[in-house]
Amino acid sequence: MSQTQWEVVIGLEVHAQLNTASKIFSAASTAFGAEPNRQACGVDLALPGVLPVLNRGAVERAIRFGLAIGGRVAEKSIFARKNYFYPDLPKGYQISQFERPVVEGGTLTLRVGEGDKAYEKRVRLTRAHLEEDAGKSLHEDFHGMSGIDLNRAGTPLLEIVSEPDMRSSAEAVAYAKALHGLVRWIDICDGNMQEGSFRCDANVSVRPRGQEAFGTRREIKNLNSFRFLQQAIDYEVQWQINEIEEGRAIQQATVLFDPDSGATRMMRSKEDAHDYRYFPDPDLLPLVIPSTWIEEVKAALPELPAALAARFQSDFGLSAYDATTLTASRETGQFYLDTVAAAGAANAKLCANWIMGDLAARLNKAERDVADSPVSPIQLAGLVIRIADNTVSNAIAKKIFEALWQGEGASADEIIDTQGLKQVTDSGAIEALVDEVLAANPKSVEEFRAGKEKAFNALVGQVMKASKGKANPAQVNELLRRKLGA
Amino acid sequence: MIDSSLTELAAALAGRQISSVELTRQALARIAAQKDLNAFITVDEAGALKAAQSADERLARSEGGPLVGIPLAHKDVFCTEGLATTCGSRMLANFVSPYDAQVVSLLRAAGAVCVGKTNMDEFAMGSSNENSYFGPVKNPWDPGRIPGGSSGGSAVAVAAGMVPIATGTDTGGSIRQPASLCGVTGIKPTYGVVSRYGMVAYASSLDQGGAFARSAQDCALLLSAMAGFDPRDSTSLDRAAEDYSRDLDQPLTGLRIGLPKEFFAEGLATDVRAALDGALAEYRRLGATLIEVSLPNARLAIPAYYVIAPAEASSNLSRFDGVRYGHRAAEYGDLQDMYRRSRAEGFGAEVKRRILIGTYVLSHGYYDAYYIQAQKLRRLIAQDFAAALNECDVIAGPVSPTTAWRIGEKSDDPVQMYLSDIYTIAVNLAGLPGLSLPAGAGADGLPVGLQLIGNYFAEARLLNVAHQFQLATDWHRRRPPVV
Repeated sequence: MSQTQWEVVIGLEVHAQLNTASKIFSAASTAFGAEPNRQACGVDLALPGVLPVLNRGAVERAIRFGLAIGGRVAEKSIFARKNYFYPDLPKGYQISQFERPVVEGGTLTLRVGEGDKAYEKRVRLTRAHLEEDAGKSLHEDFHGMSGIDLNRAGTPLLEIVSEPDMRSSAEAVAYAKALHGLVRWIDICDGNMQEGSFRCDANVSVRPRGQEAFGTRREIKNLNSFRFLQQAIDYEVQWQINEIEEGRAIQQATVLFDPDSGATRMMRSKEDAHDYRYFPDPDLLPLVIPSTWIEEVKAALPELPAALAARFQSDFGLSAYDATTLTASRETGQFYLDTVAAAGAANAKLCANWIMGDLAARLNKAERDVADSPVSPIQLAGLVIRIADNTVSNAIAKKIFEALWQGEGASADEIIDTQGLKQVTDSGAIEALVDEVLAANPKSVEEFRAGKEKAFNALVGQVMKASKGKANPAQVNELLRRKLGA
Repeated sequence: MIDSSLTELAAALAGRQISSVELTRQALARIAAQKDLNAFITVDEAGALKAAQSADERLARSEGGPLVGIPLAHKDVFCTEGLATTCGSRMLANFVSPYDAQVVSLLRAAGAVCVGKTNMDEFAMGSSNENSYFGPVKNPWDPGRIPGGSSGGSAVAVAAGMVPIATGTDTGGSIRQPASLCGVTGIKPTYGVVSRYGMVAYASSLDQGGAFARSAQDCALLLSAMAGFDPRDSTSLDRAAEDYSRDLDQPLTGLRIGLPKEFFAEGLATDVRAALDGALAEYRRLGATLIEVSLPNARLAIPAYYVIAPAEASSNLSRFDGVRYGHRAAEYGDLQDMYRRSRAEGFGAEVKRRILIGTYVLSHGYYDAYYIQAQKLRRLIAQDFAAALNECDVIAGPVSPTTAWRIGEKSDDPVQMYLSDIYTIAVNLAGLPGLSLPAGAGADGLPVGLQLIGNYFAEARLLNVAHQFQLATDWHRRRPPVV
């Protein structure tokens, strides 16, 4: 075993598919799931003589992104051709941006980890550029031949490149999640990872802690889930450390992650790397974005997650963790805002707890989005108000929540009424229950008197049970202690 | 009748002296009679007669403009729906386009009758029309000689009276040079005036569609119908439509013609020089003044062109991979082998040469030294023209250093062939309009063209300057002996 402490260095390249109705250089539809080659027009097929025309909507989305990360939106950027032969690349080149991308710079601030160990991390972005996607090669069901589906060819992508600022797979995943949240927040990408709308390439290297120079990196291609991203990086890091510790140098390479084996394997080495012969595409003029357009886009931009999270902390006294969690998506943020608006700012923390706790868990179980939660913000707020004013206990509130979820009533109040769930605060009624319980449990009383605090809890539980959960727990506590002379 | 000018034919059609069907039959008969010149790759007799019939119906209703019912030929680089579009290549010998180029649509809508597709150097790469998979085109003035290229088929079709008008494309002189060597008028407009949509790309930043006819007046009518903004071509210029005939009748009094001293120097054949001197003397008689101008960087046009054009071509021609359409080798091993064989078999020698040059100059480590450097030269050349055009209204000079040469004469020496475009290439690099008009004859009686170069969007002026010359002379009326 070597004594070297290794530091992991990770940079991510994310391909976010822009949610335009038509392709980046043609009028064909971008809808997912059509029969092969039904959404490929002459431009996508690269017929002789056809020409690309830039989709304004794709540029508008790139501007939105540039503004959202605080990057520079280039006044003039250039589309370039990346030349290589592949059957699902119809023109023999991909139109991309090379030397002058549409967005440069910017940062993304994220929270890594949970609870006490959570910390804030700023990741710098290098650039974001517009490009077209390739088609798909299908290698099954063609009797030894390959099929080509060009429906995806020409779909607009924003390639978002980070600086090598991440130091663990957890940071890489946190970054990818924050970016995923952001592109959906500003509505430029649907974020559907199964359909390939958000794909990550990870550049991974290791270096002895304290060393300034980067180690040699390997690029893991096409990771389409956060779990694979984490697994692939963890495997790759361990592999690289093993290689170096066994005296083998890392060779620059592109690798693929196999989810079945959990391992990365080499796709091509640096020696096999293509010479893409980039040059400005003479079919497209330089992309000029006037400042007036940038101003228009800025004016229409929604409040960004970081700003909203800051507001949640300052206005509602939420912790950084709660604020970040509640701004993971625009829908969650809005749900929280709507709930607090109805429940009152005094109940803001309670609203946050319910949304991050019971509601999130229930949505997760039902595989539903917060946007189509069966329990509305108004309904949840009604419940929170009844918890806060002691009408119901927390335990009863959970029952009411489930009843609201099942549609058993229009509001918490209605369910409390119809199901008789109102908390009992009449001290005479509670005292009668306490007396009954003390009489029925002499053993517990004895144990408590002998100094066993646990026995007290058991007695509280018995009283609550006798009240069918409706007794006010604080009052039960107080009465019990008084009766036991504690 | 088919030998008449477009203006005369339009009048005859409008006056019902002849029908479009009759005129089209004459054109088809002439094409058949001159088959040996190999001007056409595809003749569309059925389609042409059908189009002529509907043209006659339009004429009967007195509908449409001057092109209704006029037979025309398209260079085989323009995509035509339902008709083979080969680009003179084996690669596309089996390719039938599912759509029309913008130029083809416009001329179809204008009522012109497409009789077929003309022969050309493969993918518009060549100056002699010897690079066609379908065999060389022959010059009607002497079938032992080349007609020029790459739009040789269109120039010959017009020169030999097969059609009164034809389309062409010009990347480094491919309209002007064959027009000069065949004794017809040809114009390449400002880059961006004619849509490139559906015009199979050779070098996208240089390619420009244009017109062939027997006179400047006819060219003006054809160009007016084929030019105009097209949103499907991002390099198309968003300008109002123009009537290029509007200035034809302007007198040339006070016109300043600039003669680049570099164009009238070593390398220009003495008989061509003598013919041009005669034409320039005529211009003086018409009231123009001749002044000397300088294009000091013009000598760099050929090296710059032979970096930029092949670079773009190497990428533009990547789509011809045998996967979706076009030639695919009958037998191959793996994917790489399929690419290799399909392209090796599908492309001719000159196309391969330019793909190799282009691939080389774009390669890592060479890009700055070649491509970036060539782009700088391109700007210098454009600045030269801007300076010269400050001193004069139009620039005049030779189109080709010699008259038409013998078939095979330069085939083994690509550099000699490239140098024959020395006077035309700079115009494409600058994106300026250029025109060639018949201006005299060489020692052997072969046509000599005079090149006129104007400022951006000066097409109407160039056509006016050519038309006034044609009113005073009859070089443009001379017909080759085969006719």
